[in-house]
Amino acid sequence: MPVLMHEPKMRIVGGRIPAVRRMGLVRDITLGQYMPGKSLIHRMDARAKTLLLIIIIVFIFVCRNFISLLTISLFSLIVILMTKISFFKYLKSLKVILAMIIFTGVLNLFWGSGRVLWQWWFLKITEGGVNNAIFITVRIAVMMMVSSVLTYTTSATELTEAIERLMKPLKVFHIKVHEIAMMMTIALRFIPVLLEEADKIMNAQKARGADMENGNVFRRVKALVPVLIPLFVSSIRRAGDLAMAMECRCYNGGENRTKMKIMHFSHIDLFAAIISFLIFCAVIYLNLIYPAVI
Amino acid sequence: MDDFIQVKDLYFQYDGNPDEKQKSFALNNINLTISKGEFVAIVGHNGSGKSTLSKHFNSLYLPTSGDVIIDGINTKDDERIFDIRKKVGLVLQNPDNQIVAGIVEEDVAFGCENLGVPHGEIRQRVDNALRAVGMYEYRTHSPDKLSGGQKQRVAIAGIIAMEPECIVLDEPTAMLDPQGRDEVISTVMQLNKEMGITVILITHYMEEAVLADRVIVMDTGKVLTDGTPREVFSGVEMLKRHRLNVPQATELVYRLRGCGFELPECVLDEKECVEALAALIKG
Repeated sequence: MPVLMHEPKMRIVGGRIPAVRRMGLVRDITLGQYMPGKSLIHRMDARAKTLLLIIIIVFIFVCRNFISLLTISLFSLIVILMTKISFFKYLKSLKVILAMIIFTGVLNLFWGSGRVLWQWWFLKITEGGVNNAIFITVRIAVMMMVSSVLTYTTSATELTEAIERLMKPLKVFHIKVHEIAMMMTIALRFIPVLLEEADKIMNAQKARGADMENGNVFRRVKALVPVLIPLFVSSIRRAGDLAMAMECRCYNGGENRTKMKIMHFSHIDLFAAIISFLIFCAVIYLNLIYPAVI
Repeated sequence: MDDFIQVKDLYFQYDGNPDEKQKSFALNNINLTISKGEFVAIVGHNGSGKSTLSKHFNSLYLPTSGDVIIDGINTKDDERIFDIRKKVGLVLQNPDNQIVAGIVEEDVAFGCENLGVPHGEIRQRVDNALRAVGMYEYRTHSPDKLSGGQKQRVAIAGIIAMEPECIVLDEPTAMLDPQGRDEVISTVMQLNKEMGITVILITHYMEEAVLADRVIVMDTGKVLTDGTPREVFSGVEMLKRHRLNVPQATELVYRLRGCGFELPECVLDEKECVEALAALIKG
C-alpha cells in the first residue's frame, strides 16, 4: 500500500505544527543541559565549580572600569574555551535572555549623566549612559555564559549533591537540606516522564476533538485544563507509587545515609582556586588604580 | 530456618468501609508458608487480593488480624521494619514510578545508601547487581532512555543490590511488551536458580506461572489452590469456574481431550504439547 509509505495525511484540524516536531521541541527545553566531556573543567569538583561561579559573578559586578571588566571577561572566556564545548552553544544560552539584554542595554543608554553626545526631544544619550549600557550588557552576557559553564559541565546529580553539601551548614537553622536535595533529584528525574505523559494526554484529548492550537490566549489556556487535570491526578498516583518504592528500599531520610560517589577536591580544584584568587586580586587592584567609569 | 515466610490466619481490610464486615476483607484467612529458595507464582484476576498480599511480605501493609512472619520476625514489629525490608525486596508494576535517580547506577545504589553500606562496598554491590540483570553496560545512562524491560531490570537491580533473601515482584511485566516480559522473567529465573534468591512472582500471565516451582491461585481474598504448576493446571475446570485462564497449550489439550482424543492429562507448555500431539498422530 503506497499511501502508507508517505507521511500520514491525518493532520490535526487547525494544527500548525506537526505533533512529532512539537514533542521534539518540548524535549529540547529540559534535557541537553549537561554535555559530557573530559576537560579540566568537567573534572573539577562540583562544589568548587559552584563556589567559584558565585564568586566570579560577584566580581563581574565589582568591576568599575573597562580594564577590570576586560580582565574578568577574558578570564571567563578562557574558562569557557577550556570546557572544549563549542562556543556556539554558549551563544545559544544567551538567546533565551537576548530580549532582556537588549532592553536593559537600551534603557541604560538613555540613563546617565555626563557629556551629551546626542539629543532628540526628551531623549538624550550621554557618555555615562553609553558606559552604563556597555557595562550592563557585558555583565549580563558574561554572567549568563559563565553560569552555563556550570550547567554544561556538571551532571544534574553532581549538581544536586554539590548543593546538598554546600548547604549543609544551614542545618543549624533547621533547614532540611537533605530533603531539599532529594526533591530536586526526584523533580529532575520525573521531568521527562511527565513530559511524555503530558504529550500522551494531549494526543488523547485531541483524539476526542479538543482544539489546543486555535483561538486567542485565553482559549488556549482554557484548552489546557483538560490536559493538566489528568496530569495532576497521575502525578499524585506516581508519587504514591514512588513513595512505596522508596520505602521498600529502606529510605529513612538523610540520617545514617552513605554515598556511592564521594566528592573530593583534587589538585585541579586547588589550582583553579589559586588562579581565580589571583584574577580576583587583579580585578580589585585594577579597580583601584584606574578611575571608575560607573 | 526452613519456613522463610509464614502467613498465619491473615485477614486484611482496607480502611474506610467497615460496615459489611465479612465482605470487605481484601484478604480472608490466608495461611501460607514459603521456604527459602522457592520460586512461587501467585495468580488471580484483578481484585483477588494478590497485590495486597504481596505488600504484606515487607511490612508495607500490616494484617488487620493474624500474623506475617519473615524469617522469624513479625512484620508488626516496628523496630525491625528495616530488617524485614532488607530481607524482602519489592518490585512494583510500573518501572517509571520506582526509579528515583536520574542515572542508572545511582538509582541502583539508592537502597544501599539508605542502609548505610560503606561506599567502597556500594560500588561493588551496584556493579554486581547490574551484571546480574545484564544492565552493566547501561550504568551511566539516564533511565528515561531505556526500554520498559530494561527499566524494570534496573528496578530489580536496585533491589538485588540490597542483597535481599527474597524478592517479591508485583506484576512486573504487566506494562511491558512481549520482549520486555521475556527479559524480566528470564532475569528473575536466573536470580532464583543461580543466586538462590526466593522469588514470589505475582502475575496474571499463566505462561509465567508455569515456570515457577509452585503456583498459588487466589480468588476473592482466599487461596484457591496451591501446588506445583502441573497439579494446579490439571484442574482446568475449577480454574475456569473462577474465570481464570490456563496456558494456551494446556487449554488446547484440554479441549482436544474434551473431543475424545487420547492425550495426557496435563500439558504445561508448547514443547510438551507438540510432543503429546506428535505421539497422538503417530498413533
